[in-house]
Amino acid sequence: MVDTLEHDILIVGGGGAGLRAAIAAAEESPDIDIAMVSKVYPMRSHTVSAEGGAAAVIKSNDSLEDHFRDTISGSDWLADQDVVEAFVREAPDEMVQIERWGCPWSRESDGSVAVRPFGGMSIERTWFAADKTGFHMLHTLFQTSLKYTAIKRYDEWFVTRLLVENGRCQGVVAIELLSGQVRAIRARAVIVCTGGGGRIFQFTTNAAIKTGDGMGMAYMAGVPLKDMEFVQYHPTGLPGTGILITEAARGEGGVLLNNKGERYLQAHDLGEALDVNDERHPQLRAMELGPRDRLSQAFMKEEQKGNVFRDSEGSYVHLDVQHLGEKKIEAKIPFVRELAKNYGGVDPVYEPIKVRPVVHYMMGGIDTDIDAATKLPGLYAAGECACVSLNGANRLGSNSLTELLVFGARAGRNASIWAREHPEFDSAALEQQASAEQERIADQYINNHDGKERIATLRTELQETMEQGCGIYRDEVSMKATTEKLAEIKARFRSGIQLDDHSLSFNTELTSALELEFMIEIAEAVAHSALERKESRGSHQRTDYVERDDEAYLKHSLAVHSEGGPQINYRDVAITKWPPEARVYGRDH
Amino acid sequence: MTTAATMPETIMIDVARYHPEHDEEPQYERFEVPYRSDWVVLDALNHIKDQDDGSLTYRWSCRMGVCGSCGMMVNGVPVLTCAAFLRDYLPGPVRVEPLAGFPVERDLVVDLKDFIGKLSAVKPWIIREEETPLSEGEYKQSPGQLADFKQFSMCINCMLCYSACPVYQHEEEFVGPAALALAQRYNADSRDEGNAERYPLIWSDDGIWDCTFVGECSEVCPKHVDPAGAIQSAKLESTVGWYTSFLPLGRKRD
Repeated sequence: MVDTLEHDILIVGGGGAGLRAAIAAAEESPDIDIAMVSKVYPMRSHTVSAEGGAAAVIKSNDSLEDHFRDTISGSDWLADQDVVEAFVREAPDEMVQIERWGCPWSRESDGSVAVRPFGGMSIERTWFAADKTGFHMLHTLFQTSLKYTAIKRYDEWFVTRLLVENGRCQGVVAIELLSGQVRAIRARAVIVCTGGGGRIFQFTTNAAIKTGDGMGMAYMAGVPLKDMEFVQYHPTGLPGTGILITEAARGEGGVLLNNKGERYLQAHDLGEALDVNDERHPQLRAMELGPRDRLSQAFMKEEQKGNVFRDSEGSYVHLDVQHLGEKKIEAKIPFVRELAKNYGGVDPVYEPIKVRPVVHYMMGGIDTDIDAATKLPGLYAAGECACVSLNGANRLGSNSLTELLVFGARAGRNASIWAREHPEFDSAALEQQASAEQERIADQYINNHDGKERIATLRTELQETMEQGCGIYRDEVSMKATTEKLAEIKARFRSGIQLDDHSLSFNTELTSALELEFMIEIAEAVAHSALERKESRGSHQRTDYVERDDEAYLKHSLAVHSEGGPQINYRDVAITKWPPEARVYGRDH
Repeated sequence: MTTAATMPETIMIDVARYHPEHDEEPQYERFEVPYRSDWVVLDALNHIKDQDDGSLTYRWSCRMGVCGSCGMMVNGVPVLTCAAFLRDYLPGPVRVEPLAGFPVERDLVVDLKDFIGKLSAVKPWIIREEETPLSEGEYKQSPGQLADFKQFSMCINCMLCYSACPVYQHEEEFVGPAALALAQRYNADSRDEGNAERYPLIWSDDGIWDCTFVGECSEVCPKHVDPAGAIQSAKLESTVGWYTSFLPLGRKRD
């Protein structure tokens, strides 16, 4: 028998999207009762690590049309254009709203919010709070959420599965970490806001908690994962740790140099290198302000040519911000300095920072429509875990923080309406499912003393094979090897995990095992989707299919879960007004 | 500086272990981990959990000093373990314990519920009499007005300050450094009009007047928030604020 709790709306995950959804739901229906279930305290969520900023049109010299076009070309035409139109239209109000809630945006001398240039954007439109934008947005949202008594939080509860009955999502099963008790929480609508799954790769900017749990549970409940092959490598992470050095460092004028001291991006069709003292530097949509996919690919080409540095932590190039001077570095990118000093061993005021590409963001995720709804009635998703098709094949830096506001709010409002209209539960069936899940966790983990496989071993093997087969450049042979390796890892996982910890209280080894289960599922979705897409587009670059193929692949891939592995289907991209063109940076076309 | 020649191959980590299901008292357990000069204490704990004992229990996430999860006592001092390098504790052993001053849930995990309650109690959100429509754009705030509170907005809720605070160790009711700094963050924000709503708690017996200004909180703060400074400002304000407290909403300086 499993204890059952009940709420109108249940939000899984307490990061930016989850908090925005909770507040939107509370404001949409003041009498509604909202639960937020998170495996960590909300202010620990990975939104906290976002640095550079959040894009929205606010200045009179900017336009929604330009934000639309930048996002579409950034996406290599794989974004749904109706979604992008809605996004750029709603972004300014969402950003003003979080400003009203107290977010400490950096300001111009006249008191208006300041904006900075960002990669792939044709004008300065990225709002920033120095270089801790995600941190400030997350704490602002969390603190603001505290005033809504309708929001009941379950901090440090781990959701293990969705409850689906009669064709509707009606809640979740979760473990209260402190006690180890399994509970059913039924809800009239569920919103998944659990972030991405960058931890399926070895070398990532992503925090430990980013294991793709929500993607995994939606997928296993029958919801497709869309465009999973598109994984963003951020061009500037610290070697060794993978800690992110924000794009804002380049937005403020930082440059990338190879081991010959060259501004090597100019050799990769990203424009012409202007002197750092030239007043036109940094140039928008060119060189260091090109999009992330193109910059990470340029690094790989330089590596092939032997133009990168090497040391015990592998290959790297230099990110140089010295010419900005200490005053500007302290004012605009103080966290870059702190991170470079603490974890990179250099003070960027006096030396260049060693950087290399690192897995940063998943464009793909739970297939959602423009209303943040999934095809499973009652289930919504927003933020990195979702794929509403704003980012297509490559996300532009500073669109994701705004995305979690726009689509978090849409999810909250729409879930609230759905919950009002669907009050009934299939209670007996839900209880039965919850009991079965409790039994599964006990049998598979807590009471299983025969498992042979160590979590860390399987996880490391999974991360290695993803890096090998699904990195910046891919081909049939390496991707096939990865899908086969993943099948082997899955079989070994199922043969039994060896836990050292068979107790109930705060069993983090159990949660690691449950996370690994989700990681294996979403890694398969990534690898199989990548293998099936026989073209190069955005972040998905194949050495055996080097061209973009709009004829065959101007389509979203949809990975559907099945026992034998993912089935890949396709759906057309929504093109409302701008058919595909050549994707050009750094020059006219 | 330790040279390569004298660099040890391993280092000993003494970890406080406590399991609520069968322990009365914490026990110490020694682990030998590989020594790497670029490893932090958190890397050593992850090595132990992955290779030696999967039951070791602690919180961590971002490993870049911003999520606030991994605060622990290292050799008796509250630190973020993701920012505490093994090289600074040579030759070891390194003693790792849960943050002092909190009930322990298991091993290195402490109970944060008291703080979470205090966080809400200081009303850490913008309070205004009137809202203008969003279409009118952002509230204007000069860089100087931003500077009035920016420092106090940098708190990552890591709890190191509570762990170091001698008052909180004895008086659990004390609102404490981080929550008082946060109250000051909103009180000093030009967009906020909620000072009068926050004063009753922060001026109460459990608020700023409990602080004996030892300053340990600011010493250990990894983000230079200076909670002691925030409390000092609040004390100054309270002496003049008594007059303005008759107004329905506190006034900001222009």
